[in-house]
Amino acid sequence: MVVDKLFDVRNVSFSYDGEEIFSDISFSIDKGDVLCILGPNGTGKTTLIKCLNGLHDIDSGEILINGKNIKKLSFKEISKYVGYIPQSHVPSFPFKVMDVVIMGRAPYLNLGESPKENDKEIALNALKTLGIEHLKDKEYTNLSGGERQLVFLARVLCQQPDILILDEPTSHLDFGNQIKLLEIIDNLASSGLSIIMSSHFPDHAFLSSTKVAILKNKQFIDFGTPNDVVTEENLKRAYSIDVKLIELDDERKVCVPLKTNLKLDL
Amino acid sequence: MDKESKEIISIALLIFLPIVIFFVSFLLGRYPISPVDVVKTILSPLFPQLEVSQTITTIVFEIRLPRIIGALVVGASLAMAGAAFQSIFKNPLVSSDLLGVSNGAGFGAALAILISGVNIITQIFAFIFGLISVSLTYFISRTYKAGGILVLVLSGVAISAFFNALISAIKFIADPDDKLPEIVYWLMGSLASITVEKLLMIAIPIIIGAAILLALRWHMNLLAMGDEEAQSLGLNPSRVRLLIIAGCTLLTSAAVSISGIIGWIGLIIPHMARMIVGPDNKILIPASLSLGASFLLLVDNISRAVISIEIPIGILTAIIGVPIFLYLLKRGYSEWS
Repeated sequence: MVVDKLFDVRNVSFSYDGEEIFSDISFSIDKGDVLCILGPNGTGKTTLIKCLNGLHDIDSGEILINGKNIKKLSFKEISKYVGYIPQSHVPSFPFKVMDVVIMGRAPYLNLGESPKENDKEIALNALKTLGIEHLKDKEYTNLSGGERQLVFLARVLCQQPDILILDEPTSHLDFGNQIKLLEIIDNLASSGLSIIMSSHFPDHAFLSSTKVAILKNKQFIDFGTPNDVVTEENLKRAYSIDVKLIELDDERKVCVPLKTNLKLDL
Repeated sequence: MDKESKEIISIALLIFLPIVIFFVSFLLGRYPISPVDVVKTILSPLFPQLEVSQTITTIVFEIRLPRIIGALVVGASLAMAGAAFQSIFKNPLVSSDLLGVSNGAGFGAALAILISGVNIITQIFAFIFGLISVSLTYFISRTYKAGGILVLVLSGVAISAFFNALISAIKFIADPDDKLPEIVYWLMGSLASITVEKLLMIAIPIIIGAAILLALRWHMNLLAMGDEEAQSLGLNPSRVRLLIIAGCTLLTSAAVSISGIIGWIGLIIPHMARMIVGPDNKILIPASLSLGASFLLLVDNISRAVISIEIPIGILTAIIGVPIFLYLLKRGYSEWS
């Protein structure tokens, strides 16, 4: 008997205004997996991610969530399986953090319903889990980038999804907050969530990922475990620079991009 | 004062403000009526043993009551629709006539005055053309491939300008002795000619529109975060937005059809409400309802009591609304940063 994968992407292609962004991409992930999608700027990581959560309709192939075709699911059904945090957020009205987090209960409420006591409890628990309960009455527009990212993470936890899709979750965070966020992701994965995220930092793949994909020229040029995929050769192919992999004492690897000795004629 | 008691005070204020202004409004007018008589008269249908004079009953129920109810309904409708539009278009500077409803209704009214001059036909034409103009705006925006919010707003600007031109055309050909002043007067807005019959005619669209906005008010928060986020939270953003636009359009078309064009309420009242209760639409929409109703009734009282000649209410709301707007602007309202 074939067991359905939690998230199964088969031969997916997508084009925008007639221009092919990627084609024939296939991969799958299981419960507790953390997939990190690497790739240079403008290669279509964000577009791929928006296909995975149903924001874009794919041209061909199929995406199966728990064995169900995403095209046959309503937005509401998708939102119960898949939580999504976009790369950037244009600030809206100065909603209270609690008001933002409780929006994550929308998948479980009909039009015309508003959150009830039990939804408030779930939202409060999400804030507690991430250690930001003290922010609940603050305006989310006045928070730092790190705090705001945690607020969105709390909102997505309220959706109680099986899969989290995060588009460059660390891109607006400082040095320390990046590591903290990756550790939170690690913890969430250990608790049984599956995570798909894109990143600009190959290092991040070693910190929290179980699988890594490199997207370049409309294809995954490699897919597998961090140790197999994040290699000096692959990084050179992806980013067109030389990269040195260094192993730290605790057997953690870091990637160091080497200088290209670029000389501008100024 | 802690936050919770402050919240309770604001909510109590928003509940009692329109009620107090409602009763005070009956005292104003050329024929003086004492507060005791007002209360007695209003309660008399429920308690037939109360003794009230026939003259006072007529003034209270047939002259003052329709106008007071009209002011409450029109103010509440414009303010709620404005608040809803500001949320779903993610823009604190838009108002209830964003998608062309006012100029559409204005054209309908002007056309009716030109060809018929019967009051009830003017009202029906205004209402229908209000709906037509927003429908035009909506369907034009749908013909563009990237039919996002911006295209919708720009279509609204275009349709508004189009109907404005048609209004000018009608003014140009209207008889300057009788039709033209009537058109101009209608366009400036007035609550003076509101009757029970006119109110009954708009009851159904007002109730449906208000029910839609009140029911969907929490979901407006999701739309205010942007379409992609709203969709990732399980909403169909364009469908929910269409429903809310339909609700707003029923409300504003119905309101404008009995009052003419009354500006500024749909812009400043949602702001005032937001300063009192915050941006959460679950509370903001009812708060706008209450403040809009209170504000327009207050302004209408000023227009008929303080000044001896009755000034068209659209002029007064602008004269009072503009300084309030500028004051809000000066306060460095955080949303506009």
